[in-house]
Amino acid sequence: MQNYFYSLSETLFKKLQGKEQLLLGFSGEDSDFVRLNHNKIRQAGSVSQREISLDLIEGKRHTQAHIELSGESEQDKAKLIACLIKLRQQREFLPEDPYLFFATEINNTEFHHDNEVVNSQQAIEQIIHTANGTDLVGIFANGKQYSGFANSMGQRNWHSNANFNFDWSCYHSQDKAVKNSYAGFSWNREQLSEKFGKIKHQLDILSKPSKTITPGKYRAYLSPSALNEIISMMAWGGFSLKAHRTKETPLLKMIEQGSKLSPEISLIEHHARNLAPTFTQSGFIKPEKVKLIHNGQYKDCLVSPRSAMEYDSKTNSDSEYPGALDLAGGNLAEKDILSELGTGLYINNLWYLNFSDRNVCQLTGMTRFACFWVENGEIQAPVNVMRFDDNVFDLLGTNLLALTQMREFIFDASSYGNRSNSSIELPGALINSMQFTL
Amino acid sequence: MDSPLSQIAQRFAKHAPSADFWTLRLSDETQENICVRQGVMQPVSNQLAQGGLLTVVVNDGCGYCATSDLSLKGLQRAFNQAKEWAKLASGLSLLKADDYPRPEHRAQYETPVQLHWNDMPLNEKITLLQDANTALKINDHIVDWQAMLGMRCEDTLLTSSAGAHIEQRFNYINPGLVAVANKGSITQYRTGGGLQSARQGGLEQLPLLEFPLAAPTLAEEAVALLSAEQCPQGKMDVVLAPSQMILQIHESIGHPLELDRILGDERNYAGTSFVTQDMFGSYQYGSELLNITFDPEHTEQLASYAFDDEGTEAKREYIIRDGILQRPLGGKSSQSRTHLKGVANARQADWFRPPIDRMANLNLEPGDLSVEDMIANIEHGVYMQTNRSWSIDDSRNKFQFGCELGRVIKNGELKGLVQNPNYRGISATFWRNLAGVGNQQSFQVQGVTNCGKGEPNQAIYVGHASPSCHFSDVDVFGGAS
Repeated sequence: MQNYFYSLSETLFKKLQGKEQLLLGFSGEDSDFVRLNHNKIRQAGSVSQREISLDLIEGKRHTQAHIELSGESEQDKAKLIACLIKLRQQREFLPEDPYLFFATEINNTEFHHDNEVVNSQQAIEQIIHTANGTDLVGIFANGKQYSGFANSMGQRNWHSNANFNFDWSCYHSQDKAVKNSYAGFSWNREQLSEKFGKIKHQLDILSKPSKTITPGKYRAYLSPSALNEIISMMAWGGFSLKAHRTKETPLLKMIEQGSKLSPEISLIEHHARNLAPTFTQSGFIKPEKVKLIHNGQYKDCLVSPRSAMEYDSKTNSDSEYPGALDLAGGNLAEKDILSELGTGLYINNLWYLNFSDRNVCQLTGMTRFACFWVENGEIQAPVNVMRFDDNVFDLLGTNLLALTQMREFIFDASSYGNRSNSSIELPGALINSMQFTL
Repeated sequence: MDSPLSQIAQRFAKHAPSADFWTLRLSDETQENICVRQGVMQPVSNQLAQGGLLTVVVNDGCGYCATSDLSLKGLQRAFNQAKEWAKLASGLSLLKADDYPRPEHRAQYETPVQLHWNDMPLNEKITLLQDANTALKINDHIVDWQAMLGMRCEDTLLTSSAGAHIEQRFNYINPGLVAVANKGSITQYRTGGGLQSARQGGLEQLPLLEFPLAAPTLAEEAVALLSAEQCPQGKMDVVLAPSQMILQIHESIGHPLELDRILGDERNYAGTSFVTQDMFGSYQYGSELLNITFDPEHTEQLASYAFDDEGTEAKREYIIRDGILQRPLGGKSSQSRTHLKGVANARQADWFRPPIDRMANLNLEPGDLSVEDMIANIEHGVYMQTNRSWSIDDSRNKFQFGCELGRVIKNGELKGLVQNPNYRGISATFWRNLAGVGNQQSFQVQGVTNCGKGEPNQAIYVGHASPSCHFSDVDVFGGAS
């Protein structure tokens, strides 16, 4: 695949005229997707995608295209050359772009982690066998992902890996279920069985009569997965330089009023994790990490090349949405979570969050999957779904009691357009008071 | 039928390997997007995508393979891979052989277009956007402002081993205007001019979406919201404009009635439904004023088509009539699994994703009230416009929605602006409090361009049309600022 991309690139670079420059990005995947319901196959298939992005530049004028490739060399070359001609014609009508910014220093990189691909059919047979007797529903995704960059100045970058991501729930009844995921690079049947063992324990608890809590404030433990939903909302503009400069950030209070989160909160964008490419689609190499929040205080934004030009800053990211977050752990031992929670809610998952007042990072959302009522450090009953409406500056500020020592690595299972390569590593959080409304 | 896609399909059909049944859906898509932000032309984006999805049935098993290699060899390779999946699924499948639709129609459909994208040269489009962008910057409180315009054209061809040959061309137009206003620690937005509610058709649709005419009004409203009062709190009446009704319909009628959710396919991701199969035909979903249709016949709506992606002919059907639930949003395979009558709504968002049950055009039929009469009937309430926040539980019952703009209603009259209008409720009871439905004059065709669902994930265009509606006894509140 790498050679294919580089070969197409060379063809296009030879077609450049005068002082033209060309930036090429490549993304692709060869993935299997098996969708399961009631522990049977609902839909099973494979997807092969390859796309090249072109940015044809002359001086400060440029125009872009994204083209799906067939994988057949001559056909793709003809298609790309035709596109290049169209872009050249289109560019003549366009004004100069004052915020055009791309790497001119050559930085070649290569990362390959795609030698071993899990056998999807064997994995599915093992999943269905291991889950026998449970009402399993979910998605198994598996295969290779590719990213590349090449420019007419001679830079070449490549990143490929092979991984799987099995994301599933086991239902007890109606909306009562336990959610889990298993993602990685090599499949291990024992690890899968171990996860199902833990699920069966939680399903036993779900068989108890469920409790409906009344609206009000409750002490709560948020699992890493639940906390991830809150961090994801902060990330919706919260770390973007553009959103900060246009006052659209949900962390506006941190910028305008100097508000802080708890000193326990230290959040970085860990580009060096290497699940996503370390190069941008403009040819820049990302720094190993960007400190976003340190000891509760806002530090740096993620800065795209375009924002770097617009706001006279230094680029450190591709888009301004994080893809490799790392939230530092705290002091709460895993064995002490229930006893420290005492009486309150043990929340395994949150769902469908949104802002009820973006200016102050006020959030609403629902509990979902295996959430439990706890009394005196012991799980009593599953709770029916509840809506919360609370403020990040309270939840992760004055009301944050502790973060767990244990951290969980979550590999994003989303696949809009293509399989995500985003990830996050984070602890759970013990919250003194969380507001539930409906 | 000698289109490029037709030639590819015919070449494949001549050499198709054997299987119990197969379909081939080909797609050829072009997009162009232009945007001016803060007076600066952003890079023009052109997109070209072409690919095919082969689906093969073997006994009770079905498998698919999506490929962008549309050569005969490429399609044969994809066929063989799909067949391998079908064989694996055969002994492990949730569906039975009879559940898979076997389309055999031959038909053509094309979005009517009066003014084509290329009828307006690029430099004229840029001038249009520059002018709209300038109109948004009314004073220094406007801190970000954008005007955008895009087109999307997709040709699709569905063929099958039973002789189906369904060619459809869809043309979409995507305009939008955004004004962001700020004063200190308060930021307010107004969006419009078709943003997130694109239409099928050509440039003739722009005036109908108030593009670019809405620009100064949107900017003035964004600025005015900065100093507006917080939305009042308490139980009261609300009037929802079509720009919020589309979201209310989408989340609390559309999604819970998708048959694949009711069947549990979505329980790991998009969620389940409070609606059960036994409710159809008898369940009181809303007041008797509530009439909801699946309507593929408004050609300008986002999800108008002649056939769905399983090859089922699309026809207008009542989903809820006089408040009573009639039928689910389920395509042919879901209908076969449940023995319920549904609609033609099995759709795929991209050439590389298999069809699943989606909303298409889901509309609330107009009633007989003018908006003036509706407001005149209200002593104390809030009028809300343009969705900006949405959250609902996985059974699609407990919801909370927020809007960009609110206006107090007092003693039958519209009063001043209020900021951060929010309301919450429960689907199963909210629609029973529908107290008034606007007439044809307030009926607007809009839509949603980012409806997400499915594993693997699919984001698809969905059409909604609605008049303004009046609801009583709603839990309303403002922001926390």
